[in-house]
Amino acid sequence: MATQQTQVLGRALLTPAVALLFIWMIVPLAMTIYFSTLHYTLLDAESERFVGLENFRYFLTDPAFLTSLQNTLVLVGSILAITILLGTPLALLLDQPVIGRSAVRLMVIAPFFVMPTVSALVWKNLLMHPVSGLFAWIGTSFGLTPIDWFTDAPLLAVILIVSWEWLPFATLILLTALQSQDEEQKEAAEMDGASAFSTFIYLTLPHLARPITVVILIETIFLLTVFAEIFVTTGGGPGLQTTNIAFLIYAQALIQFDVGNASAGGLVAVVIANIVAFFLVRVIGRNLET
Amino acid sequence: MARKVTSRRVWVSTAAAWFFGFLIFLPILWMVLTSFKTELDAFAMPPKFLWFHWTTENYATVQERSDYFHHALNSLIVAGGSTLIAMLIAVPAAWSMAFAPTKRTKDVLLWMLSTKMMPPVGVLVPIYLIYRDFGLLDTRAGLVFILCLGNLPIVIWMLFTYFKEIPKDILEAARMDGATIGRELIYVLAPMAIPGLASTLLLNFILAWNEAFWTLNLSTLDAAPLTVFIASYSSPEGLFWAKLSAASTLAIAPIIILGWFTQRQLVRGLTFGAVK
Repeated sequence: MATQQTQVLGRALLTPAVALLFIWMIVPLAMTIYFSTLHYTLLDAESERFVGLENFRYFLTDPAFLTSLQNTLVLVGSILAITILLGTPLALLLDQPVIGRSAVRLMVIAPFFVMPTVSALVWKNLLMHPVSGLFAWIGTSFGLTPIDWFTDAPLLAVILIVSWEWLPFATLILLTALQSQDEEQKEAAEMDGASAFSTFIYLTLPHLARPITVVILIETIFLLTVFAEIFVTTGGGPGLQTTNIAFLIYAQALIQFDVGNASAGGLVAVVIANIVAFFLVRVIGRNLET
Repeated sequence: MARKVTSRRVWVSTAAAWFFGFLIFLPILWMVLTSFKTELDAFAMPPKFLWFHWTTENYATVQERSDYFHHALNSLIVAGGSTLIAMLIAVPAAWSMAFAPTKRTKDVLLWMLSTKMMPPVGVLVPIYLIYRDFGLLDTRAGLVFILCLGNLPIVIWMLFTYFKEIPKDILEAARMDGATIGRELIYVLAPMAIPGLASTLLLNFILAWNEAFWTLNLSTLDAAPLTVFIASYSSPEGLFWAKLSAASTLAIAPIIILGWFTQRQLVRGLTFGAVK
C-alpha cells in the first residue's frame, strides 16, 4: 500500500508531464479548429473572416482531396502488405539456426536507422535512376527495358522506398515474438508427426496474430503521415500522383498559405488517425496491468 | 532444449538468411561505396563495384562547401537537448505511475499514448504561426521544444515499462529500514533503473536525430539539422552522387552504430510494451 506521503508526491511528480502534454494536445488543436472556420490566407491577412464550415466543404469536395485520400490508402495498404508478407517469412528464417545470425540481424535492422531524407535520395538517385541507377543496370543485364521510376510509376517508387524503411520494423517485432514461442509445443507437434506447414498454420500463425496486429496499427499511425520521402523525391508530383493527405495539407499551408483550408484538412487527418488510434489503444490497453 | 537439426538444414537457412540480409543492406552498402568514388565513377555504366579509383575527397568537399559540421552540431544539440529535457520531465512521471499507481494511472498512460497518435500535420498550421510570431522559426530552441513534446509519450512509456519491472519489495525493505524517499531514489532505485534509462535515452536520441517532419518544416539554414541538410541535395543543381553519398554516410553512420546497440530495446519502445 502506498502511503499518504507517496500519493501526494506521486501526483506532484506526474503533474508537469500531464500539464505539458495537455497543453501540447489542446492548444494547437483548438487553434486548428478555430482557423478551420476562417477564411484566412497569409498572403492577404486583412481578408480574415468567419466562414463557418465553408473550408470543410471546399476541402472535402476538392478533387485533390479524393486523389490524395486514394493515394494515402494505396500507400498505407501496399506498404503494410509488403512489410508483413515479406517480414513474416524473413522473421521465420532468422528464427532458424543460422550461422552468424547476429550479423544478419544487424544488416536487416539497419535501414530502420537511416534518416528518411537519406533513404529517399539514395534510392531515387543511386538505385532508381533510369540511366545510371543500379536497378537500371540489373534490368538491362536481364534484357529488360529500365523504367523511369519517378515518371512512369512514381507512387510505386515511393511505396518501395518506404517499405524498405519499415520492413526491418515488422521483421524485428515478429522475430521477437517468435523467440517467445513455446518450443516444447512445437516439439510435441513434430513428434506427433505434424508437417512443418501445419505446425506453421496451427501453432505459429495464431501466436503471431497479436504481434502482427500491433505492427499493422503502429505502422498505420506512422504511414498515414509519410512526408519527408515525398518532399525530397517527387514534391507530390507529377501532378498529384504522389500527393497524400499529409503532403496536400502541407502544400496548402506552406506553399499556398491558405491557413483556413489547410486547418480543415488537418482536422480531417486527425479524424482519420483517431479511427486507427482507437483500435491501437484498445489492443495495448488490454495487456496493461497497473 | 534445442531441437536436433540436420546440418543440411543449417546450411540452407544460413545461405538464405545471408542472401536476404545482404539484399536488404545493399542500398546502404552501395551508398558507402559510392561515397569513395569520383563523380565520374559514381555515374559509370556498368557500375563499378570495388575496382574504381578510391578517394576520400568527397568527404573533404562536403565539409568545405556546405559546412557539414554546422548541421551535425545542430543535429546533436536538437536530438540531445530534446531527449534530455524529455527525460527530466518523464522520469518523475514514470516513477510516480510505476511506484504510486492510482485508479486513474492506466487511463493517464493510455491518454499519453493517444497524444502521440495525433498526426503532426494536423497541428502544422498553428505551430508554424506560433513559431513565426515568437521568432522560433529556424532556431534550435524551437526544434528542441517540439521534438521534446513529440517524443515525451514514448519516453514516459518506455521508462514506465522498465520501472514496473523493479521489484517493489526492495523499496518496502528500504523504507522499513528508515530510508527517506530521496535516499531510496539514489541508493536503491537508481542502480536498478540505469539500464532502462540508458536504452530509453538512446532510442529517443535516434528518433529525434531522424525526425523529418518538424525539422523540414520549421528550419531552413541556421538551425537545420542533418535531415534538412541532406534534403538540400534534392535540388537538381546540387546533384552530385558521390558527394550526396559522402554526406549521407556521415549523417547516418553514428546513428546506425548506436541503433545496433539498442535493437533489443527498440521493440519494446516502439510497441509501447505490447511486444517484448
